[in-house]
Amino acid sequence: MLRSTLASLAIVLAGPAIAADTPHVQLTDPYDSGMWDYHQIKLLGDPDDIRFDDRIKVRAPEAAEDAFNVPVLVDATALEDVEEIVVSVDYGPIPHILTYRPGDALPKIGLRFKIDQATAIRASVRTKSDRWHVGGTWIDAAGGGCTAPAQAYASDDWEEKLGEIHGRLWAASGRARLIVDHPMDTGLADGIPVFIIRNLDLSDDDGHKLASIELREPVNEDPAFTLFFDPATMPPLIHVAGRDNNGNEIEATLMAGEAN
Amino acid sequence: MPSRRAALGFLAASVALPQHVFAQPLSYDLRPVPVLPGIWMIEGATEYFSMQNGGAIVNCALLQGETGLILIDSGSSRRYGEALNTAIRKLDLRGVSAVVNTHHHPDHFFGNQVFADKPILALGQTGALARAEGDSFSDNMYRLLGDWMRGTEPVAPNTVLDPGEVMIDGRSFTALGLSGHTAADLALIDAETGLLITGDLAFLDRAPTTPHADLAQWQTSLDALVAIGAPAILPGHGPLDRTGASLTQTRDYLIWLNETLTKAAQNGQSMVEIMDVALPAEFAGMGAQPQEFYRSVSHLYSGIERAVLPRAN
Ligand SMILES: [Zn+2]
Repeated sequence: MLRSTLASLAIVLAGPAIAADTPHVQLTDPYDSGMWDYHQIKLLGDPDDIRFDDRIKVRAPEAAEDAFNVPVLVDATALEDVEEIVVSVDYGPIPHILTYRPGDALPKIGLRFKIDQATAIRASVRTKSDRWHVGGTWIDAAGGGCTAPAQAYASDDWEEKLGEIHGRLWAASGRARLIVDHPMDTGLADGIPVFIIRNLDLSDDDGHKLASIELREPVNEDPAFTLFFDPATMPPLIHVAGRDNNGNEIEATLMAGEAN
Repeated sequence: MPSRRAALGFLAASVALPQHVFAQPLSYDLRPVPVLPGIWMIEGATEYFSMQNGGAIVNCALLQGETGLILIDSGSSRRYGEALNTAIRKLDLRGVSAVVNTHHHPDHFFGNQVFADKPILALGQTGALARAEGDSFSDNMYRLLGDWMRGTEPVAPNTVLDPGEVMIDGRSFTALGLSGHTAADLALIDAETGLLITGDLAFLDRAPTTPHADLAQWQTSLDALVAIGAPAILPGHGPLDRTGASLTQTRDYLIWLNETLTKAAQNGQSMVEIMDVALPAEFAGMGAQPQEFYRSVSHLYSGIERAVLPRAN
């Protein structure tokens, strides 16, 4: 808790100095967090074409019940030609949660993340024409989720379960859901180095890449995702391949189940 | 470690509070209501913790002992414990003779501080859990209740109560060591009146809470409580129950919750989507809904979907 408090304090104190570095496009932040300019420059690379856009839906509970597992649903299906979705928080020792490149999937993703304190959460959506559209919501939290050690270490068998995937496809609704067993250690807890999945790539049976998720430290322990496809074009089988920062390979195949 | 207590102290010193905060100090209005001969109940609001209710959401029971009143569950803060003490001395000048904590949730034991010199009884595991989790509960309670919590320190039970026939300050009880709402849930049957005090194994017209729940164990415990056939039941939250409705309502809600979450997992839903579920009329009217349903999704869904979804590698 101390480390996280200091880290966020450092960001807050740095605020006024950073504000001098005005972004190319200055927006009026609907959540008035005081941090958005900074992330617009540092996280998104200070784009020339960017706006807040109500069509980007970011849904989450008003208050985080479990700081280790805050559910979020990002929906950018109102936009065409989405290249990538950057999900981030304004306040937290590590703001970037993940980047989703939907490819052949719909620009919509369900995820969970570790929250450190009350914060705005944003989905910054870049289209093929290099325009950024940003949506968000506010989540209240008691905090501490980012700086505590992974809960997996309380049990003895976490190493055996590493990379184990539960999941399947739902052909009728065009859904894929997967849960990957991994500690997702942020490196912020004393004496525990960063240990996270770097990427999860989805492809069809011919090896054609469908979509990819680039994960960062704040993604929850045992990452859980729902991905969405057009039911008419969703393949009957999807391969998942990924790697963590220690070189462990992650592999699975999602198939439609019996029901639904 | 900078705690929320320290942070609050800092705020109080540096921010000019509105005048009415000083004009009207926060106070609990606790009214013991006689429910059976020699037994009173203080009924909590059927709500979630808020700055408005000050955390006075729990039921406390008072039973006449030989040397004072036996207090079952001590409320959410030091200030609450002090208000209890004042109310209790109006019933019996000698005050509290012993305290029992039904389980380790903060609204049931954070008033202990005021009675630290008395025997404070609980199941052994409840004591261990209160010691292990008291500080993190405390941080959260300061966040939720602010100044109502001023000066509150978690004080764990000091005496282990083993299940079986027990005598507390000259009064006979059957102590049942159950689980499901938490890992250790105590229910008490008062020998003289047959009153069943369930702790949070039973709720009435207030949504059950699940932060440490094991739904299957909870159902087993409810079956055991139904089998007692008690003439009156004092649930952890909600009004006194003379028909057994608290047990059936809690059972039905937990069954619905389990079925709803299982079905959602079978359909590949994420937590946020489940929160769109419209509660059935019989549960929508419970106190603290839909917030408790949302909280339960967070508590329970990960475990349920892990069991439901097939292995993919
Ligand atoms: Zn409880």
